Amino acid sequence: MVETKPADALVEIRGISKHFGEGEARVDALRDVTLTINAREVVGLLGPSGSGKSTLLNAIACILEPDGGWMRLDGEVVYDNRWLRGNLRRLRLDKIGFIFQSHNLLPFLNCTDNVALVLTLAGWKMDAATARARELLAYLQVEHRAAAMPGQLSGGEAQRVAIARALANRPRIILADEPTAALDSARAGIVMDLLHKLAIDQDAAIIAVTHDDKILGRLDRIYRMVDGRLAGE
Amino acid sequence: MNLAFRDIRHKLGRFILTCLGLSLLLGVVVTMAGIYRGQTADALALLSATDADVWIVESGSQGPFAEASRVPGDTRELVARIYGVEEAGSLTLQTVQMLHNGRRLRIQIVGYEPGRPGAPAHLTDGRQITSSRFELIADRQTGLKVGEKVALGRDSFTVVGLTSGVVTLSGDSVLYMALRDAQQLQFDLAPPAARKEAARGAQRSGTDFVNAVVAKVSPNVPPAVIATEIARWKHLSVLTGAQQETLLTRTVIERASRQIGLFMTVLTLVSAVIIALIVYTLTLDKTRDIATLKMIGAPDRTIIGLIVQQALLMGVSGFVIGTALVFVFRGVFPRRIEMLPTDIAGLFVVVVVVCLAASALGVRVAVKVDPSRALAG
Ligand SMILES: Nc1ncnc2c1ncn2[C@@H]1O[C@H](COP(=O)(O)OP(=O)(O)OP(=O)(O)O)[C@@H](O)[C@H]1O
Ligand SMILES: [Mg+2]
Repeated sequence: MVETKPADALVEIRGISKHFGEGEARVDALRDVTLTINAREVVGLLGPSGSGKSTLLNAIACILEPDGGWMRLDGEVVYDNRWLRGNLRRLRLDKIGFIFQSHNLLPFLNCTDNVALVLTLAGWKMDAATARARELLAYLQVEHRAAAMPGQLSGGEAQRVAIARALANRPRIILADEPTAALDSARAGIVMDLLHKLAIDQDAAIIAVTHDDKILGRLDRIYRMVDGRLAGE
Repeated sequence: MNLAFRDIRHKLGRFILTCLGLSLLLGVVVTMAGIYRGQTADALALLSATDADVWIVESGSQGPFAEASRVPGDTRELVARIYGVEEAGSLTLQTVQMLHNGRRLRIQIVGYEPGRPGAPAHLTDGRQITSSRFELIADRQTGLKVGEKVALGRDSFTVVGLTSGVVTLSGDSVLYMALRDAQQLQFDLAPPAARKEAARGAQRSGTDFVNAVVAKVSPNVPPAVIATEIARWKHLSVLTGAQQETLLTRTVIERASRQIGLFMTVLTLVSAVIIALIVYTLTLDKTRDIATLKMIGAPDRTIIGLIVQQALLMGVSGFVIGTALVFVFRGVFPRRIEMLPTDIAGLFVVVVVVCLAASALGVRVAVKVDPSRALAG
């Protein structure tokens, strides 16, 4: 597929499909999905349960192999009917940040180390990683909890530490699965403001799967999924 | 950043308890090895305490340790006359029960002829037996002291010397006394019926027999020559010290070692299964963390490292604590526990291998964890 890349398109997907099971049990979780998400955008992915939102997110995260299609992440074609990269985990480490519904911080590392871990995995020295982790925690206004274990944090604090971790390697694509589901509306608002700030500051594209009506107004664009298809914006 | 160590520190109490449990198990394995070495040392103790080159025993017998042996009381004189024999001495062996400080001891009494071969080679205290009557040399293990008086049979004996570590195959302490005393004791302690028979003079009494004759041989005459010479008397056999040692190791120790080896193998397997199960459940507990690690881009080697290092840390700490416990408590153990550095090193290697093998199950589970599990609420 020959196409000129728009200057700020970070996630480009063309004709991606994915099915599970065969025969009567066959489920077409993604049918010919095409979308483009640009830098500095916060895009919502909505749809009823079972419509394929998580499947799409997993495909973009390169943890689920589609049946076919084409996918370019941050300027690199990573999938063209097959994976073009051998080391997909390295790709995730460098290009993609994850924000989970329940923060998924490692319970045995304190907040600083949870953030620093991602940096050391990318090859940073421990000292430098710790210093950058502190900076990120400060940026997210949780530096006072830097030495706390995740189990001691409130939901909002934990989610902010998790966001700091997602940002650590300066990924330009941030995938969020229900990032505000565990938070009340005031805190959900804070997190959404933060995501906007991130999108601008880091020049990143943010894709958030959500059921959360209270944040709909805070999204730049919304994709609706029905039965594995994108039903327009 | 070492994840294995951080995770352990996070759940330190649980880890310590697990290690302590494991240390008891591995401590038993170490004890087994110690008992085996102790038994080997015990089995050879009496042999090596006796300063003799050849052992003359009943024909066809592999005595006097591995089998029963009886030779006529005048054998010593026959043997002493053979060319190449420098000196010879008669020996009797008998097992008796003795009461000491309210404790019932099983002891082996060695009767020998003072001034002739058969005396204990090394004393740690006191002196050799000089008078032919009512003197004893005891092993430290009995708790007896020099100068103490002991009642045995109808007589009272005085402890004049002490040995250290002279015991029988089964770990019983050895008491030395003069041959005449030992034969008298045999007569005193014999079953009443036999005693009556003997007193009537109906048969040759027990005092006309000894269990073996030991001899020191001139260095210029090969023991084989002496053996051929003695074998001319059809009722006698000859064993060299080296042959005795092989006999004891082969017949007696080998059986014990097979038993102990079996126990050790079973216990090691049990430890392996337990470590495998612990590692497996630890891994299952961490499924979500492992999925998250994969999702954020950690390579498999980070995750495998986490599991294998924990398994190793657990096994090695268990082993170290277990070994330390054995060192601390081996004094109160009823049998000799001999800890050889090579055995401990060998077992350490086994423990490491077992840990690696046992973590395979956990590693398999971890490698299979689907990163998308991190997303599931
Ligand atoms: N690993 C799988 N094996 C079989 N079927 C699957 C698998 N993952 C998803 N599916 C099916 O694919 C369809 C889309 O699932 P998906 O998880 O993407 O839905 P979703 O939009 O995220 O739903 P929810 O809002 O409940 O999270 C569903 O019918 C689901 O049952
Ligand atoms: Mg979902």
